[in-house]
Amino acid sequence: MSDYVLSVAVFVGIWVTLALSLNILTGFAGQVSLGHAAFFGIGAYTSAILTANYGQSFWTGFALAILITGMTGAVLGLPSLRVRHDFLVLVTMGVNFVVVALFKYVDFFGGAMGIVNIPAPSLFGHTFRGGAPYLILVWVYALATLGVSWYLSKTWTGMAFNTVRLDEDAAAAVGVSVPRFKIYAFAISAALAGGAGSLYAHFIGSVFPDTFVFLESIAILSMVIFGGVGTLRGPIVGAIILKAAPEMLRFVQDYRFTLYGALLVLMMLFQPMGLLGDDSWLWTKLQRLFRKGS
Amino acid sequence: MAQLPSQSIPTLTPESPPRLEVRSVSKRFGGLQALKDVNIIHERGILGLIGPNGAGKTTLFNIISGFLKPTEGQVIFNGQAIHTRRPHQIVEMGIARTFQIVKPFADMTVRENVISGLGMPIYPRWLALVQRYRTPATLQASEAILRLTDLTVWAEARAESLPIGLQRRLEIARALATGPRLLLLDEPAAGLTAAEAEDLAQLIRTLNAQGISIIVIEHNMTFAMGLCHRIVVLAQGEIIAQGPPEQVRHDERVINAYLGQEDDNA
Ligand SMILES: Nc1ncnc2c1ncn2[C@@H]1O[C@H](COP(=O)(O)OP(=O)(O)OP(=O)(O)O)[C@@H](O)[C@H]1O
Ligand SMILES: [Mg+2]
Repeated sequence: MSDYVLSVAVFVGIWVTLALSLNILTGFAGQVSLGHAAFFGIGAYTSAILTANYGQSFWTGFALAILITGMTGAVLGLPSLRVRHDFLVLVTMGVNFVVVALFKYVDFFGGAMGIVNIPAPSLFGHTFRGGAPYLILVWVYALATLGVSWYLSKTWTGMAFNTVRLDEDAAAAVGVSVPRFKIYAFAISAALAGGAGSLYAHFIGSVFPDTFVFLESIAILSMVIFGGVGTLRGPIVGAIILKAAPEMLRFVQDYRFTLYGALLVLMMLFQPMGLLGDDSWLWTKLQRLFRKGS
Repeated sequence: MAQLPSQSIPTLTPESPPRLEVRSVSKRFGGLQALKDVNIIHERGILGLIGPNGAGKTTLFNIISGFLKPTEGQVIFNGQAIHTRRPHQIVEMGIARTFQIVKPFADMTVRENVISGLGMPIYPRWLALVQRYRTPATLQASEAILRLTDLTVWAEARAESLPIGLQRRLEIARALATGPRLLLLDEPAAGLTAAEAEDLAQLIRTLNAQGISIIVIEHNMTFAMGLCHRIVVLAQGEIIAQGPPEQVRHDERVINAYLGQEDDNA
C-alpha cells in the first residue's frame, strides 16, 4: 500500500469512529449535536499535551483522552437536560465555538500555533508513525467502537436511549431517568470521539484549533445522516464514502463542505432515514436482492 | 373538605394496600387555577375520577406521577411525600400511569414496549450498561403481560401500526410491566367500541382483583358508574362530590356540572 492510500485509510478509520460515536448520541439517544468536533478536539488536545508537554506515553495519553473527553462530555451534556431539539442543536454549536476559542486563545493549549512534536506511539520498543501498524491500531479502535455500539444497543442503557429518543415523557413513565441517560449518551459518545482525537493527533504529529471547528461537526453529522442515523451500517458507510471521496478526488476536496451541506439538505428532503436506513430505498432493494439470492 | 373513609373492598393479596393521599393540592398555570384544594385518599379498589373537559383531571394525574409540581399541597404515598420526586422515582415507588394522548414507543414492537417497563430501576446503576434487556426472564414476563392484556398476537407488530384501541391497551401493558401497586389510567376507554370498553372494564377489574389499586379518569359516566367502587367528581379544579356511584349519580351539583355536556359523553 502506498503511503497515500495508507493515510487515506487511517483518516477513514478515524472518521468512521467519529460517525459511530456521534451515532450513539444522535441515533440512539436522539440528541442531535452539531458540536461533535469539540469532543474530537478535546481528545486530540488531551493526548497531545500529555505526551508532547508532559512526557507521557501515547498509551497514557490515549487512555486519558478517552476518560477526560468522556467526563467533559458529561458536563457539556448538562444543557440537554434543560433544552431540547432545535435549541439543543444551537447549544451544541455554541459549545463547539467556545471549545475552539479556548484552544485558540489560551496559552496552555498552544494558541493558534497548536501543539507540535506529538510523539508517535510505541509498542514493545517499536515506534510506529503511520504505516501498517498505525492503520491496524486505528481500525481496531473503530471496530471496538462498533462493538461498544452494538453491545450497548442490546443493554438496558440502549433500551433507555431508545425510550428517551422516542418520547421523553413515556420514558419517564417506564421508570427511565431521562437526565441520567442523556448524560450517559453524551459521556459515552464523547469518550469514544476523544479516543479518535488522540489517534488523529499522534498520526499527524501536531494539532491546530482549526481542525475541530463547527464545520467539521457538520461533516460528521452529515456522514451519520447520509449513511442512516441510528443503524450501525449507516454511519460506517457514510463516513467511508464522505471521507474517502474528497481525499481521493482533489476537486471534491476544495468543495467538501459544500458537498456535505448539499447532501445533508438532499437527504433530509428525500431520504431522511439515510442511504441505508431501515426503510430507505436502497436498503429495501438490497434486502430484497439478498432474499432472492438466498 | 371532609374526607370519606376509604371503603373496604376485599382484596386477594395479603399485602397491605398502597395508600395514596392527595392533601390540599392546588395547581395554577399563570392566571388559571387548574386545581383548587383537592383532597383524595385512595387505598384499594377502583376509584373513578370524572368531570367535564378542563376540570383538571389530567393535571391531577400529572401531579401524582411527578410530571408537574403542585403549587400548593402534598402528595403522600405509603407515608412518603412524593410531590417532590421525579417521575421515574415515583414509578420505582409503585405508581404507574397511562397517557390520555397515547405515547407508545412508536418504532418499537409491542413486545419491546412492554419490556421497556421491566428494566428500571437497576441496582447497582452501572449494571444498566452491561445487562441485556432481552433475557429469558424478561421475555417470559413480557409474555405474561401480553397474555393478560390480550396482545399476544400483536407482540411483533410495530406499536405505531396498532389501531388506537390496542395502543391504549399497550399503554396499560407497558405500565403493568413496571410492577405498580397503584395504576393511573387516563381515559383508557376513549375511542373504544362498547364491546371493547367492556373488555377493558373486565381487564381493569382483573388487575384490581390481583391487588393493584386503580384510579381511572373517565368521561363516560355510564362506563365509570359500572366500573368504579367510588367516584370523585372534579369541576373547574374543585372536588364537587365524591362517594359511591349511586350517590354521585344523583348529586345535584354533579348533574348541574354535566348539564349540556351530555352530548360529549355519548
Ligand atoms: N401544562 C399546562 N399549562 C397550562 N395550562 C394547562 C396545562 N395543563 C393543563 N392546563 C389547563 O388546565 C386545565 C385543566 O386541564 P386538564 O388537562 O387537567 O383537564 P382534564 O380534566 O383532563 O380535561 P379533559 O377531559 O379535556 O382531558 C385546562 O384549562 C387546561 O387548559
Ligand atoms: Mg384530561
